[in-house]
Amino acid sequence: MAGAGSLALRGITRRFGDTVAVDGVCLEIAEGELLAIVGASGSGKTTTLRIAGGYEPADAGSVLLDGEDITLRPPQHRNFGMVFQQYALFPHLSVENNVAFGLEARGVARPERLSRARAVLATVGLAGAGPRTVQSLSGGEQQRVAIARALVIEPRVLLLDEPLSNLDPTLRETMREELRALFRHQRLTALFVTHDQADAFAIADRVAVMRLGCVLQVGTPDALYATPACRAVAAFVGRATLVPAQAEGGLAAVTIGGIARRVRVATPDGAPLTGAVFAVLRPEALSLSPADAGEPDTWPGIVRSLRFAGAAYAYHVGLADGTDVEVAAPERVAAEGDRVRVGIIREPVAVVGD
Amino acid sequence: MAPAPARRLAVSTRLAAWALILVLLWSVAYPNAAVVAGSFAHGLGYWRAFIESPADREALWTSVWISVVSVVAACAIGVPLAFLLARREFPGRRALRAVATLPAALPPLVGVVAFIFLYGESGVITRAVQAVLHRETPPWSLSGAWAIIFVHAYTLYVYVFLFISAGLENYDSALDEAAAGLGAGRVRRLVRITLPLLMPALAAAMLLVFMASLGSFTAPYIFGGGLRVLATQIVTTRLNGAVGVSYVETTVLALSAVVALVLFRWLERRRQYVLPSKGGGRPARRRFRSPALRLAVAPLAAAIVLVLVLPHLMVILVAFARDGAWTTQILPPVYTLDNFRRLATDPAFLSPVRNSVAMTLLATTANVIVCTAVAILIVLRRFAGRGLLAALAALPWAVPATAIAIGLASTFNRTDLPTARILLIGTFWILPLAYFIRGVPLVTSAVESSLRQMDASLEDAARGLGANAWLVLRRVILPAARPGLVAGATLAAITAVGEFVASVVLYTHANRPISIDILAQMRDFAFGSAAAESTLLIAIVFLFTLAARERARA
Repeated sequence: MAGAGSLALRGITRRFGDTVAVDGVCLEIAEGELLAIVGASGSGKTTTLRIAGGYEPADAGSVLLDGEDITLRPPQHRNFGMVFQQYALFPHLSVENNVAFGLEARGVARPERLSRARAVLATVGLAGAGPRTVQSLSGGEQQRVAIARALVIEPRVLLLDEPLSNLDPTLRETMREELRALFRHQRLTALFVTHDQADAFAIADRVAVMRLGCVLQVGTPDALYATPACRAVAAFVGRATLVPAQAEGGLAAVTIGGIARRVRVATPDGAPLTGAVFAVLRPEALSLSPADAGEPDTWPGIVRSLRFAGAAYAYHVGLADGTDVEVAAPERVAAEGDRVRVGIIREPVAVVGD
Repeated sequence: MAPAPARRLAVSTRLAAWALILVLLWSVAYPNAAVVAGSFAHGLGYWRAFIESPADREALWTSVWISVVSVVAACAIGVPLAFLLARREFPGRRALRAVATLPAALPPLVGVVAFIFLYGESGVITRAVQAVLHRETPPWSLSGAWAIIFVHAYTLYVYVFLFISAGLENYDSALDEAAAGLGAGRVRRLVRITLPLLMPALAAAMLLVFMASLGSFTAPYIFGGGLRVLATQIVTTRLNGAVGVSYVETTVLALSAVVALVLFRWLERRRQYVLPSKGGGRPARRRFRSPALRLAVAPLAAAIVLVLVLPHLMVILVAFARDGAWTTQILPPVYTLDNFRRLATDPAFLSPVRNSVAMTLLATTANVIVCTAVAILIVLRRFAGRGLLAALAALPWAVPATAIAIGLASTFNRTDLPTARILLIGTFWILPLAYFIRGVPLVTSAVESSLRQMDASLEDAARGLGANAWLVLRRVILPAARPGLVAGATLAAITAVGEFVASVVLYTHANRPISIDILAQMRDFAFGSAAAESTLLIAIVFLFTLAARERARA
């Protein structure tokens, strides 16, 4: 059986009645690449995944596997693995029969398919769980079985729908790393959707951000964070305060309450941006100083709240014009109600048009 | 997350869907439509005759009020019993719980026969009371409206009991605790919290009781006396040759049932709540606090158990009585195995049993195949005729058995291919067809509910792993459908093997089922033989149930 393939979605569109769930989505996933689609619920990410898997027809556009058009090919002939959000384990089959099901469908003889199923179960850390019932497994174990079941057919592409959403936070952190290691080790091409950007950043090589059926931006996690393409991506990826600014010639004037500060700007691929824009102020790019320090190019404000967040304190500071900015400070430099000054300490600053 | 959308259909599946729709249109809808059409054959003439006939007006009115009183009586027994068993601990609780649903296991005619043995003019209880009171005449007569209501209450309270018990089972005691914490006393909690939340279950049960009472034929037929109800009036009118008016009566009966259906569904839906997920679980069963109640409850429970078990016991006892020997004594004086011996050797006895079992197997097999396919299409597929298919599969549930039988009798009484009529009356096939029709809603809805519990992505998962349609059906859909299929098929088989109402209209001598033969024996005062056959019927029902339990466990 052929190994991992490359997957391309070209202009995929899907309507449900009057609503356009997926609107001209284009995505390219190289062989061996892990691509995540992130977006809020209703953004069309799951529908896109289902179209990629052949579970849902596309009203327009095409799905290509290694350049071959497979848009009309039913799921049973795609040889894609799919891990469903609720896992969709067959409740009446034992763990190993669940995993072996894809081999049963391919006419593999029983002894061989069971031994292969057990081998894959071992790779996901479930050696010996084969004869157990699905109901006797914990949530995390069920998820591993679902993954094993998808892997045993040596899928050309692995699809995962919210693979971590049913796990508790601690287990989730562990599973992120395990998944990435597993996918890397098996050299899988994988497309997965999640509403949690932390999952996407931890596992994927590249991330696509979807909203209202459209892909807003595709890029590596650091590129998305450093140079978001639009306000929606800036707001969705990481924490940020968006402040109006005027851009010209690689610089921008960030003006709050009459005090302007000129900063170098960054845009995706260095595309020039001129005129009214929004500066994306990340918490760690801002600093806090005492109100009487008199630092130049800083904005006065009052600490509205602070919260200890592990690596830093997260401050919410109300500025003079009413803007509320989030600032990350490594130490406890001010208390609630203190007057402070907020400055930009890291450049370039990302700016977005609209 | 939205549920996975049902799949669009392949051509072969679409063909199958339309084939099923045609089968159901022909067997389920067409005969009923023919009756309605027949009622208008003389314009409004038959309808005028119906409205002007005092007998028909009386029958309609009697049917409705008997049904209303039956609902009240069934609730009066079923609701307290459900609360008692769910909320209280007392000596004899397990025994009472074990027999509480027993009346439902009695085929309708057998129940009526048992009541005659117990409470009829020469019944055991009647004579015992007569002897105790030193009366010359029986203290009551088992005939007329109150006798019918008595039978209805005994057999139909089970619906109320089961639905309320299920409601109490799912009831979260945290709600009661919250109300108590807010200062509500026991009565207020019951009236303001518990009962409103049980309303949907109660409405559903009341609907079942009302529909069963309205369509009830056996009790009014056997000991209605001179009382007219619609279900029996239809048969009488038809035997008198006024076929057109019998169509009107059938239409009116079916319409009343549909009106009741809409009314109760509305009531049920208006009061539908999503219960919070379990916080406190089911409240613990408590003992009665008052010493008097504590003393009284055990004998009371024993008495109820006795009343519930008596019909079964009586039928079995009389099965060992010699025909003709039981005249004026309280209990049959002479006991013998002759009845069963004859049952096993006499072909005249054997053939009704063979007929019933053969026709049941035939009808139930057809139900299993057709209804599984229908349920799969309704639940897992989306296509233009889906609503129609669902409505057709549910239709026989809303139409009383007498109306179904009249429809079949008037449609399949000749062969006429242009109107899709085939002569089935007078042949073996008419009864299996009637049993099949009565089984359609039972099996379909049971399989549907099993399939609805199936995670829709299981099918996607199997297909994604490379399974073709056949493997998906065999390994994913059918296993998911199985619990409902077993339960539905059992219910259909139990209904068919003891079926009386449609049978009495449609049977021919050659394919006489057990129930008709029991009636014939009763008419000949061969009580022992009738009881032996009834016992056999009870045994068959018991075997079906046992087999179903085994299949469900396997």
